[in-house]
Amino acid sequence: MSLTLPLLVIIVLAIVGSFLARRRALSVSGGDIRHLASLPKQHGLNAILSTVVPPLLAIIAWLMAARIMEYRGAAPLWVPLAIMALAVAGVVLSVVKVSNTFRARTASETWIKGLLIGASTIAILTTVGIVFSMLFETISFFRQYPWTEFFFSTNWSPNFRGNSDLGIIPLLWGTLYISFIALAFAVPTGLFAAIYLSEYAGPRIRGIVKPAIEILAGIPTIVYGLFALTTVGPFLRDYFAQPMGFGDSASSVMTAGLVMGIMLIPFVSSLSDDIINAVPQSMRDGSLGLGATKSETIRQVVVPAALPGIVGAVLLAASRAIGETMIVVLGAGAAARISLNPFEAMTTVTVKIVSQLTGDTDFASPETLVAFALGLTLFVITLGLNVLALYIVRRYREQYE
Amino acid sequence: MNAQQDTKISARNVNVYYGEKHAIKDVSVEIADKTVTAFIGPSGCGKSTFLRCINRMNDTIDIARVTGDILIDGEDITDPRVDPVQLRAKVGMVFQKPNPFPKSIYDNVAYGPKIHGLARNKSDLDEIVERALRRGAIWDEVKDRLQEPGTGLSGGQQQRLCIARAVATEPEVLLMDEPCSALDPIATAQVEELIDELRQSYSVVIVTHSMQQAARVSQKTAFFHLGNMVEYGETDRIFTNPEDPRTESYISGRIG
Repeated sequence: MSLTLPLLVIIVLAIVGSFLARRRALSVSGGDIRHLASLPKQHGLNAILSTVVPPLLAIIAWLMAARIMEYRGAAPLWVPLAIMALAVAGVVLSVVKVSNTFRARTASETWIKGLLIGASTIAILTTVGIVFSMLFETISFFRQYPWTEFFFSTNWSPNFRGNSDLGIIPLLWGTLYISFIALAFAVPTGLFAAIYLSEYAGPRIRGIVKPAIEILAGIPTIVYGLFALTTVGPFLRDYFAQPMGFGDSASSVMTAGLVMGIMLIPFVSSLSDDIINAVPQSMRDGSLGLGATKSETIRQVVVPAALPGIVGAVLLAASRAIGETMIVVLGAGAAARISLNPFEAMTTVTVKIVSQLTGDTDFASPETLVAFALGLTLFVITLGLNVLALYIVRRYREQYE
Repeated sequence: MNAQQDTKISARNVNVYYGEKHAIKDVSVEIADKTVTAFIGPSGCGKSTFLRCINRMNDTIDIARVTGDILIDGEDITDPRVDPVQLRAKVGMVFQKPNPFPKSIYDNVAYGPKIHGLARNKSDLDEIVERALRRGAIWDEVKDRLQEPGTGLSGGQQQRLCIARAVATEPEVLLMDEPCSALDPIATAQVEELIDELRQSYSVVIVTHSMQQAARVSQKTAFFHLGNMVEYGETDRIFTNPEDPRTESYISGRIG
């Protein structure tokens, strides 16, 4: 027996139970609902939740148990029967319990609190799941490939026939270099845009400019990549790299960095704008009242007061930059290289993860498994950045509030 | 007793409009030097609005429009050629809610002197900060923790820090917009005592909701009602023998 029937039964029972509980509540109150400790609709809600939640939990528990015990095929008959029995028990109990003194509101709020806790647990458990799924593959990678080579070799040349050099340093270098250029472009631009929007622009201009900047955030990164490939790359090559003798590659760190910077502008500007707006007007008045000009006020009072939030916004943008793939593939190419010349093609960790996992792969060779080691390293770096962001924000909060 | 003193601020036919709203109606007043002048009146009567004309803080509100003349030492400050930034260095302001900057106590006080270039070097600045904090009657409480954030002080200390911050730029006039309304009675008493001392050096204009406070700290009182300045004179006389029936009603608690 499949699990479709129990699901249907649960839904039907929930509807019936809610109806019955309301009716019974009305009847035990003798027509005057003021005699009830809880309103009829709360008895109804309690009936729905008591009918739905326990069987659903049971279904999830069964699915997990079946996976762990490596049970294949349809569930044995007793499983759907037990689930339906739980649903019936829920209906019966919640309807029977309806009385003048039963506090259905408290009961249903307990159910809801449980659901909320469940929702937040899912988010946390998923993160843990991601870490573990990468951790196991990474461990099997390091069984086949020395970790000193991985972390300290400056050479990346995978070879599917074996004997590969899998040093992360060139990839990390490309990632950090491109992210650095992106942030060096996005942070000042975004911050100045935010300052203009929150301190200088009138409400009309603000109403136009702010959504216009936020449109940038809605563009898919592959489209940014095309822009880098067809416009920015050739432009930089023809007008800067070639005349100045930096080389003649259209794919370059500069191309990817600039386009990625454009992508990050709305992150920085939108968040900073909100944060600058949250600085109380009394701060500005205090500074202006001392004879400071508007720009002195912004530089010395408003921005410092908003700094923790701005740092948070910047680190968030940095996490995005480090994890970005598409713009890099199309803008900076796929050649792993360590060079200071920003007009040379380089590549990043994420691009190599993709290229190691595309095509014919078995999940046994170090050439494939290295992708997980790369992914985990990246995860650790962005996690570190986020922790740092939280730490900075919290530290300044304590000091200034 | 102050009649023979010099006039510091002289306002003539001042009108203020917030968009369509006529907030101040044809107010003329002469404010004396080295005197505490109190503006009293019910909420929304325009006393704070008028106060904000004296250092042109209304310039920062887009919809506000001010007409008429305000002369400080004979110079018309409403003239568009007057730089409000320079004016505000001369006319300090203390606000209703203590608003220390999210900086250290030292930097809060040093802020004004720094932007106006009043100190030539670090020891100069140290001296200015100490003098301002002493005048703000808060030096003894904070001298050992000048590098701690100003926002960590208690409400009354914060307000005295803000007063110290305002006097650090050596203003000639000090405007106070309900400086004690967010403070408890003890902190209020400290700030009032401080206002009385500041009278030695400045022309102090204080807006207050509390008639007792006006009576305690001021020598001259102006009563505002619905945007008009109803009556202006010696504080003692206003409170004991008001001429206008509206002043009388307000003081005796019938309106406001």
